[in-house]
Amino acid sequence: MLTVENLSVRFRDRYGTTLAVEDVSFDVRPSEIHGLVGESGAGKSTIGAAIMGLLPAAGEVASGRMMLGDTDLRALSPAEAHRIRGKRISMIFQDPQTSLNPLMTIEDQLIETILAHEKMRPDAARARAIDLLEEIGIANAATRIRAYPHQFSGGMRQRVVIALALCTNPELIIADEPTTALDVAVQAQVLELIQKLARTRNVGFILITHDIGVITQVSDTVTVLRAGRVMEQGQTRRVLGQPEHPYTQALMAAVPPLDRKLDRFRLPSVEGEEVDADDTAQAKEAEDWLMSGIGSGGPSLDLQDITVRFRGERTGMFGPREDFVALDGVSLSINPGSVMGLVGESGSGKSTLAKVVAALVQPASGQMRLDGDPLQPLRTRRRDDPSRRLIQMVFQDPYSSLNSRHRVIDILTEPLWLFDLEKDQARRKRLVKAMLALVGLPARSLDRYPHQFSGGQRQRIAVARALLSRPGLLICDEPTSALDVSIQAQVLNLLKNLQTRFGLTTLFISHDLAVVRQMSDDIAVLKDGKLVETGPSEAFYARPTAAYSRDLLARTPAVRFDKPTT
Amino acid sequence: MLRRLVRSEGVWLFSRSPAAILAALVTVAIVAGALFAPWIAPTDPYDLSSFSLIDGLLPPIWEDGSDARFLLGTDDQGRDMLSSILYGARLSLGIAAIAMAVALVLGLGLGLAAGYFGGRLDAIVMRIADVQLALPAILTALLIDGISRGILPRELHDDLRLAVITLAIALSLWVNFARTARASVFVERNKDYVSAAIMMGQHPVRIMLRHILPNIVGPLLVIATVDLASAILLEATLSFLGVGLPADSPSLGTLIRIGMQYLLSGEWWILWIPTVFLVVLVVAINLLGDFLRDLFNPSLR
Repeated sequence: MLTVENLSVRFRDRYGTTLAVEDVSFDVRPSEIHGLVGESGAGKSTIGAAIMGLLPAAGEVASGRMMLGDTDLRALSPAEAHRIRGKRISMIFQDPQTSLNPLMTIEDQLIETILAHEKMRPDAARARAIDLLEEIGIANAATRIRAYPHQFSGGMRQRVVIALALCTNPELIIADEPTTALDVAVQAQVLELIQKLARTRNVGFILITHDIGVITQVSDTVTVLRAGRVMEQGQTRRVLGQPEHPYTQALMAAVPPLDRKLDRFRLPSVEGEEVDADDTAQAKEAEDWLMSGIGSGGPSLDLQDITVRFRGERTGMFGPREDFVALDGVSLSINPGSVMGLVGESGSGKSTLAKVVAALVQPASGQMRLDGDPLQPLRTRRRDDPSRRLIQMVFQDPYSSLNSRHRVIDILTEPLWLFDLEKDQARRKRLVKAMLALVGLPARSLDRYPHQFSGGQRQRIAVARALLSRPGLLICDEPTSALDVSIQAQVLNLLKNLQTRFGLTTLFISHDLAVVRQMSDDIAVLKDGKLVETGPSEAFYARPTAAYSRDLLARTPAVRFDKPTT
Repeated sequence: MLRRLVRSEGVWLFSRSPAAILAALVTVAIVAGALFAPWIAPTDPYDLSSFSLIDGLLPPIWEDGSDARFLLGTDDQGRDMLSSILYGARLSLGIAAIAMAVALVLGLGLGLAAGYFGGRLDAIVMRIADVQLALPAILTALLIDGISRGILPRELHDDLRLAVITLAIALSLWVNFARTARASVFVERNKDYVSAAIMMGQHPVRIMLRHILPNIVGPLLVIATVDLASAILLEATLSFLGVGLPADSPSLGTLIRIGMQYLLSGEWWILWIPTVFLVVLVVAINLLGDFLRDLFNPSLR
C-alpha cells in the first residue's frame, strides 16, 4: 500500500546541506504495523514528516519515490497533499496534552475533522464520532463526547487522538512515539488498541519509537535506522531476535533485559572515548582520593513514616483546602553500601521521596536517620550540615542539571571549594581532571560548556560533580531516562563500576523496571504515595508479592516476540 | 574568543539582516558623535562668545541664503544647530543611559529576590511594581521634581536637576526589569542545576548572582535596549514640558521645545532637524532591540 523507495531528505542550514535521511526504502501493507527504530538523530521522525508532506521549511525531499497506492506523494500539489493528509494518511503524535485543542470539545474536534474531508450531515458525522469513541474503548461515548480534553486522563486522551486519526477512515496512520509520554499500564492499553485497529480496520501503521520493547511486542516488520541510513530491515522477530548487522546486535545488547540481572552491559567500541594509559593513571588518582574520603563505604539511610502534603486549592471561597498527599507514611531503610531501587508510575511519589532526603521538599511528618544520626529535613537542615556533602544527587535531565553558562571546570570545582575539600587551586584542577578521566571523559572537556556535550557525556559530568563532594549516599533520579539505549547502557555500566569500587549507598529511582533490575540489591515499589512492597531485588522479580507489582511487571514492555510471524 | 564570536549564530544572523546592520550603523554613528561632541562639533553652544546674533536664523546649507560655516543652519541666537544637536544628544544619551542602568540594577535586584524567594516578598515587590505602573512616567517625574523642589534649597535644586530627572526616569523604568527578571527566575528556579546548588547548601545570594543571573541576561539585555529608547523619549518629553533640563544646557527635548516657537515661522529647521534626529535615533535603537529579541527567542525566527 505504501511504498517508499530510496528516499533521501536534505536539510539546508548556514553550513550548507546535510542529508538527514539517506536512501531509505520500505513497504507498509494494509493491517501491517511497521516499526521505525533508532536512537535520536536516526531520522525516524523525518521519514514520517516526509511521507506526510510536513517537513519543516529547511527540509526537502532530495530524491526517491513515495507511493500511497497509486498516488505519487511527491507529485502532489500543496492543495492535493493537504486533501490527502487526514483523509488517507493520519498522524498520532507523542504528547496527547498538546495534540488536542483544549478549548474545543471532543465532539467539535471529531466532527470538524470528519466534515473537512467528507460531505455528510452534521448529525451523521456525530453518530460516526460516537461509534468511533465506543470502538476505541471510551465508555458512555454519547455523553463523554461533550467533554473537553482536560476532562480525560492521559491514556484516554491518547485514545481520543487515535479516534481523531481514525475518523476519516485513513489507509495509513503514522504514530510518532505514541506511548512515550504514558505510564506502562496505559501504554499497554494503547498499544493493544493500535494492534486491534490494524487487524480489524485494515489500516497500515508506521510506528516510530526509540523503545525496543514496544517494537518487539507490537510491530510485524521493522526498519532499524542509524544516522538516516537503514541498518537492517525485515520481519521483527528475525531482525531483532537474531540480528545480523553489528549495529542491531549492539543495540539489542544495550537493551536492559527484564528477566535477568546483567553483571555489565556488553558494549562494542565506545566511539570518541579512547582511554589511554595516561587517563587510567589519572583515574587512579581520583579513585584514591575518593577512597581516602569515603573509607569503608556509604552510610545507612532510614526513613520512618515520611508524609508529604502539597497545599491544594480551596474547594470554595470559604471551603477547606484539599491537600494533595504525595507521600503517605513511607518507611524505608537502605543498608550501608547497597543499592535500593525505587520504582513506581508517574505521580507515585518517587522523586518527592528523593527530594525529601535531599532537603528540597519539606515533609509534613516523619523521621530520617543517616548512619544512625538524625537527618534534618529542609526547614531545619543548616547550610553547613555535614549531610549537604554526604548526600549527592544525579538528576534525570542532564540538560537542566548543569548550568549552561558555566564551564565544566567551574561546575566541577564548585563542590571542592564549597565543602573545603581541597584548598589549592592547582590541586583542584588536577583532581577535576582525574575525576573526568574516572567517568570516562577527556581532559580537554574542562574548558567547554555543557551544550558542547551529548546527553550521555553530560550525565557523566553530573556524576563527576556528585563524586567530587566525596559523597556517601548517591541519589539517582531517573538518571538514564532521557538517554538513548546505548548511552543508557554506558551510564549504567559507569554507575555499576563506581558502586562496586566505592561501596556508595545508592537510591536508584526509575520508572523502568528493567533498568532498576540491573542496578539494585533491594527494591521498593511506590503507588500513589504509599509503599506497596519492598524486599530483595532478585526475589522481587522472581515472585512479586503484591498484586500491583505483578501487574506492573507484566505490563512492562520487554523484548518479547509475541506476534506470530506473518 | 574572538573567533568564536565571529563564527557565532548571532553574528551570522546579524550579517543577514539589513535592518539590523543599518540600525547598528546609525546608532554607533550617533553615539560616537555625542560622545566626541567637544572634538567634533564646529562650535561650543555653551560658550556665549562662540556665536553671535548676526548669524541668527541662517538656514541649512542646501537652502538659499545659507552660510557654509553652519551645516544645519543656526537658531535665533546664532548658535550652530549641528553643534547644539550633538551636545544635546550627549546630554540625552547620558541621562538615558544612567537612568537605564539605575533601573536595571534596581529592577534586577528586586526581581531576582522576588522570584527566588517568592511568597510575601514577591507579593510586596510586585504590588509596588503594579502601583508604579499605574502612575504615568511623566507624573512620577513631576512628583519627584515637585518633592525635590519642596525639600531642597533653590540653588541646590538647580544643581541637582540632572540627578532628579535621571532618578525620575529610572523609577518609571525599573518595573519592566523587575517583572522580566522575576518571570525568568521562576523558570530557572525549577531547573535541576538550581536544585543541585540548593542541595549543596550554597548561599542564596551566590545562587542568584552566580547561577541564575547568567541564565536570564538574554531577555534583560533586550529590555535594556528597548528601554534605552524609552528613556531617551521620556527625557525628551520631560524637557519638552519644561520639567527637564533648562534652556542653557539644552538636551534634544529642550531643543525641540525651543523649536516649537518656529513651527509656523518659515524657519522650519530649528524644530524639524532635532526632531528628525531624535526619531531616527529612537527607531534605530528599537530596531536593534527587535533584532536582539529575535536572537534570544529562536521560536520567533
